[in-house]
Amino acid sequence: MRIAVDKSGPFTHAPTSVSRTMTLVLAALLPATLYDIWLFGWPAALMFLVTVLSCVGLEALCLYLSKRPVGPTLADGSAVLTGWLLAMSMPPWAPWWVCFVAAVFAICLAKHAFGGLGQNVFNPAMVGRIAVLVSFPLQMTTFVRPAPLGSAGSPGLIDSIGIIFGHSPMLDSLSAASALGYIKTELSRGIPVSQSILTAPDLTSLALGTHAGSFGETSAFLILLGGLFLIAKRVISWHIPVAVMGTLFLLGTVFSAINPDRFTPGTFQLLSGATILGAFFIATDYVTSPVSKSGQLVYGFGIGFLTWVIRTFAGYPEGMAFAVLLMNALTPIIDHHIRPRAFGRTRKGEPLPLNRGNK
Amino acid sequence: MKLFPIKGGIHPEYRKELTSEKPIVALPIPSVLYLPVQQHMGAAASTVVKVGDQVLKGQMLARGQGVVSAPVHAPTSGTIVEIAERTAPHPSGLPMLTIVLEADGKDRWAELPAPIADPFTQTTQVIRARVGESGIVGLGGATFPSAVKLGLGDKNKLEILLLNGAECEPYLTCDDRVMREYADEVIDGARIMAHALGAPQVVIAIEDNKPQAAEAMRKAASAQPNVTIVGVPVQYPMGAERHLTQAVTGRETPARKLTADVGVVVHNVATARAIHHAVRFGRPLLSRVVTVSGHGIKEPKNIEVPLGTPINDLIGFCGGINGKIKRLVSGGPMMGQPIVDTAVPVVKGTSGVLALTGDEVNERPTQPCIRCGTCVSICPCGLVPVEMAALIRNERLEDAAAIGLQDCVSCGSCSYICPSYVPLVHYFNYAKGRLNALDRERRKSEQTKALVEARNARLERIAQAKRDAAARAKAQSQNSDVNKADA
Ligand code: SF4
Ligand code: SF4
Repeated sequence: MRIAVDKSGPFTHAPTSVSRTMTLVLAALLPATLYDIWLFGWPAALMFLVTVLSCVGLEALCLYLSKRPVGPTLADGSAVLTGWLLAMSMPPWAPWWVCFVAAVFAICLAKHAFGGLGQNVFNPAMVGRIAVLVSFPLQMTTFVRPAPLGSAGSPGLIDSIGIIFGHSPMLDSLSAASALGYIKTELSRGIPVSQSILTAPDLTSLALGTHAGSFGETSAFLILLGGLFLIAKRVISWHIPVAVMGTLFLLGTVFSAINPDRFTPGTFQLLSGATILGAFFIATDYVTSPVSKSGQLVYGFGIGFLTWVIRTFAGYPEGMAFAVLLMNALTPIIDHHIRPRAFGRTRKGEPLPLNRGNK
Repeated sequence: MKLFPIKGGIHPEYRKELTSEKPIVALPIPSVLYLPVQQHMGAAASTVVKVGDQVLKGQMLARGQGVVSAPVHAPTSGTIVEIAERTAPHPSGLPMLTIVLEADGKDRWAELPAPIADPFTQTTQVIRARVGESGIVGLGGATFPSAVKLGLGDKNKLEILLLNGAECEPYLTCDDRVMREYADEVIDGARIMAHALGAPQVVIAIEDNKPQAAEAMRKAASAQPNVTIVGVPVQYPMGAERHLTQAVTGRETPARKLTADVGVVVHNVATARAIHHAVRFGRPLLSRVVTVSGHGIKEPKNIEVPLGTPINDLIGFCGGINGKIKRLVSGGPMMGQPIVDTAVPVVKGTSGVLALTGDEVNERPTQPCIRCGTCVSICPCGLVPVEMAALIRNERLEDAAAIGLQDCVSCGSCSYICPSYVPLVHYFNYAKGRLNALDRERRKSEQTKALVEARNARLERIAQAKRDAAARAKAQSQNSDVNKADA
């Protein structure tokens, strides 16, 4: 009997797959997403659907145009995940066309122009978010106060279609600033942080999401649970989230201790904005982050640091997305310079000195 | 005993339960045996018999050539019916000189070398000579001639003979069974080896998934104060020489050095048993224990198999193939080699024959790498498989070598774990093969150049010598002319 020998070993394989990984990430996002939909009502559900479906549709189109298999590639789940994360970073009542444009940037430009899954340098969801944030600042910074499904303030399905697909005046009356945006605006009016933070949403409200903000930043607690689930499932490791949040927390704590009128405290940095979503779900994107653990620590530190700098000193109250993109650009350099230490070699790659006692 | 962590590694499905409780059974001598002259690392042995010769069991058929080589013996008595090139048990499927022995069914022994009565009073040379002439090689699969490895004590001050009973490859249970059933022989062999090496201590490392083996060995070693049995964590590739050394002693062997340089020599448990037979009874290596397993085998077994037995016979002995198999592997599923043809024989390095179904191999089409970094965090050698593979894909082999390709032990962990099913090890094997070939070519052309230069220099010297001689002759004749004139 002769048998094909077209490949060398191993002749066994772990029961993993790309789609399994993606499915786990989606599962981790699900509780927070459902909670957010409840919190922001039908318009949010529509916004979410529009964003995800746009991403999947555009992915199919790009694959078709580049003559690659559509079905099997869609099945890897990466387009759904990109769309999902993009939706999480949008204002809950963002109009359909903003979502669609963001999806075009995310899928067509950030992903397929670079060669598709695994080839992109920048995080597609963040490219999509930044593109619309810069192009349509009004729509992207108009947040609504939460009004849970069924409550008086929550619009019905028909009204919701109007909000997402048409123009509805309701938005204006309900709009509010996000926590970080509020502090920033107050600061620019000369109100010190130490005062404005008292009127900003408190930490419990930040953690539970009962305040205005983008779709995914408003449920820090459930996002955190999802992130821990991913670590437990070994889909991600602790390195990036801990580096990002640790850096932000430390910088916040130290500087607010020095000058509480100018700087927000560490806890506020952690729970406001998309810090937790970013640290666990955005910064950990495989394709655009370094492959080695030590590289991931450097990368996470960079994101934490840049986020803090942008939030504190730049024009945008939200810094995470920019920080992620900036560090994405550095990922190839980090990967080139920071490799694990090889067995029997020094960090520089020289053979270890011969020393019987070495441990 | 205190253990030290090793980096990375994986926890594959072991599936050892298929054979772990199956005692070793002896295969009846097959009617025809096929004995390749090279079943070891190093130079091929050269045949000392011819077609038509009657040979006895244990008689040498081919002699080792040079320092790193090993002889081949007749596993049973019979007639040499052919000496020809036949498909080798190697994935290349290239032919190799093979001695074909037709058994006469009498299994008559040749006169064997006398037992070494008290090996512990003998010099290391005596032991090594016996191990060498017995054709013993590393039976863990590396097949490096054991006599050479026993000589490592000459240059290095050794402290520990580390006996490798980790058997970290899935499916394989041959070492497990050998330790359970022949613990005394293994311990005796190990002590002889330690004596030859000049190593005061013997440590036998057994993965924690083989408690009965550890128990049997502990019992057999109870009277030996310098023999320690340690349980090591179940973690693939714990059985890799350098990693096992690190796990047990904490010493990290520097790149391009041997474990002997940090005072440790590693041998496999089955090798120790073979050495016991050679030293105590003068018996050369004629058979080995092979695990025949996988869901594609009707009745998986551990079998003591005469070397040269066609794999077909082994599979037949185990009830044949069960259903549709996807891969046929010699050795373990992680580092084993595909079997090209079931007509190839069992050789000294064959630790297992696995018939694996599609479910067991779980092959899937390769998807694009998603840079998940898992291959990086599990590589036990601290390499960056994803980057090496990308470089190799672009034919940048030298760059791949610069980031550690040659440090890769081909353990297969990275390929095993990759969610995109990228055949990383396949790339590495390809690149290593290419680089070695390039290296050989370079060395050959350098050698040719050196030879040509040497030849030119020699010719030049000869020409010069001729010219000198001619000049001298001329001068002499002139002198004599002068003398004549003087006279
Ligand atoms: S494990 Fe596979 S997918 Fe992940 S980085 Fe390595 S090669 Fe890429
Ligand atoms: S095969 Fe090589 S690169 Fe892959 S995990 Fe093993 S040592 Fe590392």
